[in-house]
Formats: sequence, C-alpha cells, structure tokens
Amino acid sequence: MNDETRRLGVVISGSLLKGIDVRLDGNAAVEDMAVGRYVTIEGQKRRFFGMITDVSLGVTDDQLLLMPPDPNNQFFSDVLRGTGMYGMLHVLPMLTLGSTADEIIEGPKPVKTIPSHFSVVKTASQQDVEMVFGKEEEGRFYIGTPLDMETKVCLNLEEFVKRSNGIFGKSGTGKTFLTRLLLIGMLQKGTSVSLVFDMHSEYGWEGRSEKNVKVKGLKPFFPSKVAIFTLDEESSKWRKVSTDFAVKIGYDEIEPEDIALLRQTLNLTEASVQAAYQFARRFGDKRWLEEILNLEGGENTATLLDQLNIHEGTYRNLRRGLEVIRRLPFLVPHAEDNPVQKILEYLDKGINVVLEFGRFKDIAAYMLVANLLTRRIYTQYRERTEKALGEDRALPHPLVITIEEAHKFLNPEVSGQTIFGTIAREMRKYNVTLLVIDQRPSGIDEEVMSQIGTKITCLLDNEKDVESVLAGVSGKNELKGVLARLESKQQALIFGHAVPMPVVVKVREYGSAESYGEFTKRTESVKKDIETLW
Amino acid sequence: MSEKIGEIIDACTTAFTAQSYELYQLPPLGSLVKTQCGDLDLLGVVYYATTGSIDPGRKPIARGKDEPTEEAIYHSSPQLMKLLRSEFSVLVTGYKQHGIVYQFLPPVPARIHGFVYVCSREEALEFSRSLTFLDILINTRVEIPLSELVSACLRQLSLAHDDPRSFLVTAAKELVNLLGGQYQQIKAILERLQP
Repeated sequence: MNDETRRLGVVISGSLLKGIDVRLDGNAAVEDMAVGRYVTIEGQKRRFFGMITDVSLGVTDDQLLLMPPDPNNQFFSDVLRGTGMYGMLHVLPMLTLGSTADEIIEGPKPVKTIPSHFSVVKTASQQDVEMVFGKEEEGRFYIGTPLDMETKVCLNLEEFVKRSNGIFGKSGTGKTFLTRLLLIGMLQKGTSVSLVFDMHSEYGWEGRSEKNVKVKGLKPFFPSKVAIFTLDEESSKWRKVSTDFAVKIGYDEIEPEDIALLRQTLNLTEASVQAAYQFARRFGDKRWLEEILNLEGGENTATLLDQLNIHEGTYRNLRRGLEVIRRLPFLVPHAEDNPVQKILEYLDKGINVVLEFGRFKDIAAYMLVANLLTRRIYTQYRERTEKALGEDRALPHPLVITIEEAHKFLNPEVSGQTIFGTIAREMRKYNVTLLVIDQRPSGIDEEVMSQIGTKITCLLDNEKDVESVLAGVSGKNELKGVLARLESKQQALIFGHAVPMPVVVKVREYGSAESYGEFTKRTESVKKDIETLW
Repeated sequence: MSEKIGEIIDACTTAFTAQSYELYQLPPLGSLVKTQCGDLDLLGVVYYATTGSIDPGRKPIARGKDEPTEEAIYHSSPQLMKLLRSEFSVLVTGYKQHGIVYQFLPPVPARIHGFVYVCSREEALEFSRSLTFLDILINTRVEIPLSELVSACLRQLSLAHDDPRSFLVTAAKELVNLLGGQYQQIKAILERLQP
C-alpha cells in the first residue's frame, strides 16, 4: 500500500478529550473502515497515532435525506460520494510519534495535544505499528496481531508481571485460551513463576476446547518447568495425568479468616463468623475447627456455648457450614506434608505450579484452598522480601498467582478480607501479583479494579461489566464501542501498563511454534498442538 | 485555426453577441468559442442563440402553405437567407495570454467585429484542465436556466476527453462543492449530465 492509497481523509474538528473527527475522502469507502483500526495523522509538527472509534455518515444538505437519489444510479452516487454525502471517522489520538532522530529513539509518547485542522489522516503502516508495539524480542511476548494487519503486537512481560492483571470476557470468548497463552509467554520468557489455581483442571496437562477437542496445557510444552499439584488424585488418575504432588490440607491449617471469606458461599450469618473467632480464641488457631467438629451436642456443648456467649442458633448455623467443608475429601484432621512449603520449594526452583481441583469444582472448595494457600505463600514472600531488602540481597522471584472466578474473591464485601484483595492493592511491593480471570468484572471491587495494571478483555456486552472494566481509562466512551464490537472469539482489547495504548488484537492462533520448540525439542508436534489450541 | 463562424456585434465585460456568417450556422449550446482581442484570446461559452428578421420592425411571415417542404420555401424565396440572421451570445469565462489559460474575466471586453471561432478539441481539453470557470457559470444570470447552461457546457467539454464520464464525475463533484446546500439545483444538473 503506497502513501496515496493509505490516505483516508482530513481532520475537520475535535478535541483532545473527545477525539477527532475526520472527513473521509471520496475514494475511501466507509464500508472499508473498522473500529479498532489504527491511523496516523500527519500534523504540522508531529505525527499522531490513533485508533478509529466510530464511523458515521454525513450529508452537506438535509434535502438529500428527504429526497434520496436512486441507489441504482451509479453516476449520482459517484458524484455525491465524498461531496454531498461523505463518511466520517471518529479517531482517538493516543500517541505522538517523533519525527526527529532523537524523538524516534525515545519512542512514542502519550498525546498532549491534537493535530491542526485539515491534517491528513492515513491508515497506519506496518512500520508505525511496529514502532508502537515493539518487536518480539527479549522480555516481549507476541500476543496477536492488530485487526487486518500482519504486524505483531507484543506485551512487555517484564512490565506486565510488575502489576496485577486481569483477563475478562463473557463465557466462551477465549479467556482460558488467552490465559494459557500468557502463562506460556511468562514461562517462555522466564520473567516470573506462576501459581495457577486451576478450577477446571485445564492448564496443567490438557483441557478441552469448545469443539471438544483436546488441547494441551503447560506441562507437555515445558515438562521440566511445570509441576502439577492435585487436590483430587483419583480424578487425575482417571485423566491419566501424572501429578507431582497430592495436596491434603489439615484442619489445623484453617483459620477463622478462611471461614469469614466463605460466609456468603456457606450461607453463614455474621454472628456465626464471629462465633468461629470466639472458638479460635478459646481453642487456639490450630485446634478450633477440629474441636467444633468433635462437639457432640448435649450438656457439655450447651455449657461451652453458654461460656462463650454463643447462641444455639448461631452455633447450628456455623456447624452446618463447617460440615460442608468437612465433606471435602482433601481436608484431613492433620496433613503430613505442608502443601505451602512444597509449593514454595517448587517456586523457588523456578518451577511453575498448577494446582488442579479435579472434581471439587464448587466455589467453596476453590475459595477455601486458594485463599488459604495464597495467604501463607504471600506471608512467606513478604518475609523474604523484607529480609532481602534488609540484607541487600536479591529479591525473591516474581510470583504471579492465577485465579478464576475472581469476583468471588474480590467483590466489595470480601476483598477487604481476602489475601487477594491485599495483593491486588499492595501490588508489586513483595513481588507477588495476580492474574485474575473473570466473566463478571462488575462484581470486582472498584478499588481492586483500579489497581489492575493490564486488562485484557474479550467480548463483554453487559453494560455494567463494560463500565467497570473501562473505569478510569481515557477515551472510555470510545473504547466502549470498540469493546462491544469485538468478535466473540479470538479477539481481545488490551490496555494498561504493558502496552503503550489500547489495542484490539486478533489473538495469535499459532505461529512461533519454533520458539516453543526450543524449549521442548519437539517442534513439529508442538506446532500441531498449537494449531488445535482454539 | 478553424474557420471563423461569426462576427461580434455587441460586447461587454462579461459577454458578447456575435452574428453567424451563414443563417443557422450556430455553434452548439455550451460549446467553447474564442475571439482575438489584441494579444488576448478571449474564451467563452455559448449560452444563447436566436434567429430572426434583420429588421426588428418587420416580423417574418408564414410562407409554406403551398410548398411541399421547408427547403422549398427557401428555394422559392432566396432573399430570405439575407433577410434573416442567426445570432449567438457567449459568456466570457476566461482568456489565454502568452500560452497561459486564465479562468477569470479578461481585463478588456471583446471588440465589435472581432471574428469568432469554435475552439478545437485540444483547446477545449486545455481549457477544461481547471474547473474554476464553473464559478462564473453558476454565478451569472442568463436567459436560460442555470442547470441547462452548466450541463450543456460540461457535456460539450467532455467530448474533448478520452474518458468523458470521469471528467463529468470530477466536474460534477466540483459543482456539488460550489453549490453547497442547493440540492435541488445539483440534482437538476446531475440529471442532465448523466452520460
């Protein structure tokens, strides 16, 4: 495409906040435009890089609308196209690209002004896009291509793992695939280690696509860099997954905070949560759960409740909730191996841990385990980081914790209590960040949402969800339109810390299989695997 | 240079009227004609033509009642060729000086008795490279409707082009821009321009 054919039109009005209106030339067809596509604007002093956020139609004379010309009359439409009737683009300028050598070295900068009247607008060239999103090189992971372009959009993974990140999208829009891809990226580039709470057992060994085709997880690609932990050994055996460790959790490891988090899920009253704390004070953090579960009723129990000033009804409510937990087979009165230590051992060696939940897909189990393990891991990390800072040693390896159904952990009611709320807020201080995956971002606490560094969102159509994902982003209204028009598969809008500007990508399908091959020495089979990933 | 077709009998800054040397020998409506005026070649568009008696006091009378054909009337009354005359009026749309075409009014009007020539295809092509003259056409009040004048002129000029349609589209686009909100006017012109 040469310079002339890339020309789209000229800037006619606009503002920095609301974006710029571009009148299309007669030979640029409105129907060839698409929201989310990139354009460059040749200002007098600098070049601007922006994204099309709306396409509209205009006429110079309203009479034309009252008496439309015959649509079959080619001559009329040839003459009126671009003159009496014309297309308009709404462009959101995002970055300025330098023109001098110094500016080019410095790279693109956020816009602080807008191009002058009648500046020429062109489709962005491959070089422009490359200049903005960088090349696939060390620390950068190729995630997809912009719409209708071959250029690679690369995430700066080093920046990415410094903040908590989110992957959002309706069910079936490719969140799992994107997560898998990002985990592969982080593994491949070695920027961090991951701990994945894998609710549906689909990241470790293999999962299933929508078409019910088996797709490989992380371990087959990187056998030496991934360990699979399981809560459900039987399920793993049935699925013929070789696991590295079967996680058992002792009653003594469950603290009243863990129960507080499950209040809604277990349908507990506020009073029964308080009762759990009272029991813990009485029997100690290690023994309280076992003691309650051992209470047999009768005189002794009544006396105890009386002493603790707990109402009979409150006790029953608490007891019923705890019985639900007791039924989880991976909970044992006392676990021999400490799963937290085991996980940390692996993470310290730079091995990523995927914890499969097997059949225990109910949210109570997931929340209990994820919260419990994460809290302890986070504490350890905090201690280590503080020590390392004190002794001027290297900080622990950055850790990314992946959780699904994030709104259950991070909703406004519990985000103050769960460790995930803390991690999301305190962010990178202790080198632990989150990768949250969720289909209802509106359920996540605003405060947590605002701390999420990079958001990758597939199609969302619920007004509230869109609103919450885009909160605080400049050009929010424009991006709304873009987000609502994503295709339901394989397309995602990425914005935030790891990309210089919001970008719609067609998520890579397969491609740099060779690069995985370097790790696995099985290029051919890997290539085939990646082809079937979707 | 092509043969002269008439001689100017009335002139002003914006227009001139010429009498044809032969009765009915009129350039087509909208065609480009020229006349010399010192070192200027005045260029204009034919916008109006009349044929009538040379004596304004004597109106022609019907003569063909007993004649079988129209030609026979002129044959039996040869004096008619001398008693009647054809005139055409031209809107001055520019001039050429030292080989350069200017599409605005010349500094001086045409001269009486100046010879008038129909422009050649090359001259029409050269003239229609720019469309600035359209502004003169649409802003002058003449005896015929604007849409007729503009469309006739563009149709004539398009004949000089290898691709008349693309010339017409380009010119019509320019017109749409010039006429702004007057969609009715634009529509009338476009309907008359359709190849």
